[in-house]
Amino acid sequence: MRNTFIGSPVERREDVRFVRGRGQYVDDLRPDGLLHAVILRSSVAHGRIRSVDASAALKIDGVHAVITALDMPGGPPRIPMRLQPLPEFKPFEQSVIADTKVHYVGEPIAVVLAESVAVGEDALECIIVDIEPLPAVSDCEASAKADRLLFEECGTNRAMTFTAECGDADAAFKTAPYTRREKFRTGRHYGLTMEPRGVMAEWDAATGRLTVSGAAKVPFFNRRILAKQMGLPETAIAMVENDVGGGFGARGEFYPEDFLIPFAARHVGRPVKWIEDRRENLMAMNHARQAAVDIEIACARDGTILALRGHADVDMGAYMRTNGAVAARNIAQFMSGPYRIANIELQSSLWMTNKTPVGTYRGPGRFETDFFRERLFDMVAKDLGIDRVEFRRRNLVPASAMPYRLPTITPFESSDEIDSGDYRGALDRCLEEFGWADKAKLQGQLIDGRYHGLAVGCFIEGGAAGPKETARLEINPDGSVAVFIGSSAVGQGVETVFAQIAADALELPMERISGVHHGSTDYVSDGYGAYHSRSVVMGGSALLDATKNLHDLIRAAASKRFGCASSEISISEDRVIGPGGNSTFADFAGLTAEGMFLNKKHTYTYGAHAAHVTVDAKIGQVEIVDYVTVVDCGRIINPMTVRGQVIGSLVQGLGGALLEELHYDEEGQLLTGSLADYLLPTAGDFPNLRAIVTDMFPSPINPLGAKGAGEGGIISAGGIVANAVANALATFGVEPHELPLTPQRIWEMVEAGQGNRIRRQPAPLPACGERSPPP
Amino acid sequence: MPVTFQVNGKQMTVEVEPRMTLVDCLRHRLRLTGTHVGCEHGVCGACTILVDGDAVRACLILAVQAEGCNIVTIEGLSNDEELTPLQASFRRHHALQCGFCTPGMITTAHALLSEEPDCDADRVREVLSGNICRCTGYISIVEAILDARSAYRKP
Repeated sequence: MRNTFIGSPVERREDVRFVRGRGQYVDDLRPDGLLHAVILRSSVAHGRIRSVDASAALKIDGVHAVITALDMPGGPPRIPMRLQPLPEFKPFEQSVIADTKVHYVGEPIAVVLAESVAVGEDALECIIVDIEPLPAVSDCEASAKADRLLFEECGTNRAMTFTAECGDADAAFKTAPYTRREKFRTGRHYGLTMEPRGVMAEWDAATGRLTVSGAAKVPFFNRRILAKQMGLPETAIAMVENDVGGGFGARGEFYPEDFLIPFAARHVGRPVKWIEDRRENLMAMNHARQAAVDIEIACARDGTILALRGHADVDMGAYMRTNGAVAARNIAQFMSGPYRIANIELQSSLWMTNKTPVGTYRGPGRFETDFFRERLFDMVAKDLGIDRVEFRRRNLVPASAMPYRLPTITPFESSDEIDSGDYRGALDRCLEEFGWADKAKLQGQLIDGRYHGLAVGCFIEGGAAGPKETARLEINPDGSVAVFIGSSAVGQGVETVFAQIAADALELPMERISGVHHGSTDYVSDGYGAYHSRSVVMGGSALLDATKNLHDLIRAAASKRFGCASSEISISEDRVIGPGGNSTFADFAGLTAEGMFLNKKHTYTYGAHAAHVTVDAKIGQVEIVDYVTVVDCGRIINPMTVRGQVIGSLVQGLGGALLEELHYDEEGQLLTGSLADYLLPTAGDFPNLRAIVTDMFPSPINPLGAKGAGEGGIISAGGIVANAVANALATFGVEPHELPLTPQRIWEMVEAGQGNRIRRQPAPLPACGERSPPP
Repeated sequence: MPVTFQVNGKQMTVEVEPRMTLVDCLRHRLRLTGTHVGCEHGVCGACTILVDGDAVRACLILAVQAEGCNIVTIEGLSNDEELTPLQASFRRHHALQCGFCTPGMITTAHALLSEEPDCDADRVREVLSGNICRCTGYISIVEAILDARSAYRKP
């Protein structure tokens, strides 16, 4: 294998069409006979459906059908969980359409099929839905009271409690010289993609085949679900991945519409397309992040962390969706992050509420835990009189301890280990790039009306979820090679990085890689897609295996042609050389070989962040003056794209730290239903960000040596910003306990801190959930 | 009702419902799908096109309001042979990932650079703040636009 293109900042192949507006997203498709679907969604957060009367809607010219649960023989199917499908979650799974009850504002009740979206929306206005409202469960506290149950048959609103454990936390606390207990919260926000979701389905009654466009992220898994729900063999369904306008964990999971639209297409025998509008997107796409913790730390006087224990309450929304348990699980398992903590006992409870269900969003559970942990660390370092950089350095997992075992999580009984890295080295590099020593004197200074604050922290980022990925290579008539891959593209540059890997694996120039075909279910025998920063590690490793298999096939074919043993055949670039003659790949056109990579372990990218902020205490406004992140992510395929993803995810993290929040009222009404209410980072907000991407420690667990990357920017952002704000406003005793740090929240903390200079203990947050009393 | 305008240099008359937005007309009637729809309420900028040289959100005007206008979309700013200097700069600076916001970014940048080829980074950020990108964090987009300024300067 060569190393010509891997590691180079190769310009992206897909950009050539994107910059010309020639990408093809699902809404760009318009087959003949197309009907448009629009979805009637519940305006009530919790209630019993008495009746749905669509008779007036059906009279509108151009309306073809209105589909409700009653049209589904045997009742609407449920959507199974993709990750952590534990039996305890079964009763909380979502049906594809509401039949007897609604559980959140935005839940589908009916689907209108019409000649145009506008006519369909006219029809929505004419459907009379009678819902008997029930009291809504609007947060974890209300959920824990259990006087209002979302699912009466369950007798509880708690779907599960995970426990992460190592050592003996209680014993360590008994003898610890120092402990501190704090409560923190993260706000609800989500992986908003610029392209709203969309599905288009075409049913061919003659052949019994279904084609579903708009597939993303995990097309093979979603096909499995859909085949079962539709009563079709998997082979009768083709999932087609078009260009996808962003993923971030949220796009491409199996949502109700992923059944409703194919069902509708078969129901009326015409192609049906549904494109989500932004208001729907804000209430129907997976939400994320809303969690509260009550957490306690025990330390030795020298700052060595002895133990961590506590409880998290995670607001799940109304149903357990396909990957809904991931963040809650990660909050328990990854609270310790990159730090060595011998004794841990953390619980994480999943509470159902009458809000949009949650799923993963880039860095699931990690953005939350890094805020909780890094905030707590700064408080502890201050208490102990230890420099906060030194406190972190002392507790980071040392390189000598790799691979390092993480806490075991139950009820999975699963454990995980960090693969490789030099965490202290990354911290030192970050401080150096940032100029920490020079900037330290600015801490707490008031200059030109703004208070200056600094923060630093460290993170790990998991990647490379198994169990498997598949890649296939095929020789074209002109001797170039086409790549087919089970990994999916959500905008991360799959067509470029896999062409780089394939070119180096085959030892060909990149232009001899004709194309990288990804995502769709027709390309390879099985695929697992794009999640948990897995595409490059898993797909790239499978590609190496496919290369070996293709070379074996060529040797076998050439040995017949040349009449020699296959061991006598050598391959150099696209030349096939035998003792009795030469040939080229073009002579073996049509040969195709699949390869796969099996993996049970995870890669861990890691690094450090440092920030310099200023705060206008009068209006609570934060400016990022400088922000440096160092990310060490194993073998780098394309430094340009990985750096781009680090910066992009960092800005998403800063959005979650300072701007983005989905608000609900106590009746479960979403109050942030437009982009004028839900604030996203814009070009003017964060101009001063620097990312340094390094490849110090190749992963030992895959032949490429690559690690999953692209989430490292987002993970630390909340904790770093909050600590920098606390540092800036130390004279007011400001200690943020909640994200996002909106101007109002900062202003309120400053106001509360005025007059009593430094307040040691912040006001406690309301308790939440059933938890064991503190010892 | 009929509406007549020029799109990417071609004069045309289209029959539309009065309530049809210009972006829906461009995408679904004229099949110019390079202009994208991200919010339909004028916040995200994905649907930005040029109307008589100005960057305009095509989701906020009705097709019938464009009567007599000169409309240019991303397709009109592209050619088959090679990338324009602005497009090449976007590619070189990795100023796009998923590509969904990109046509709106390029039309906005084109309008800006046509008027102000000497604009600085602050001005680029100010103008660009009406276009949301969720992938890049904007830094590379600003760099790409600054780097393309020379192509817009009069010799």
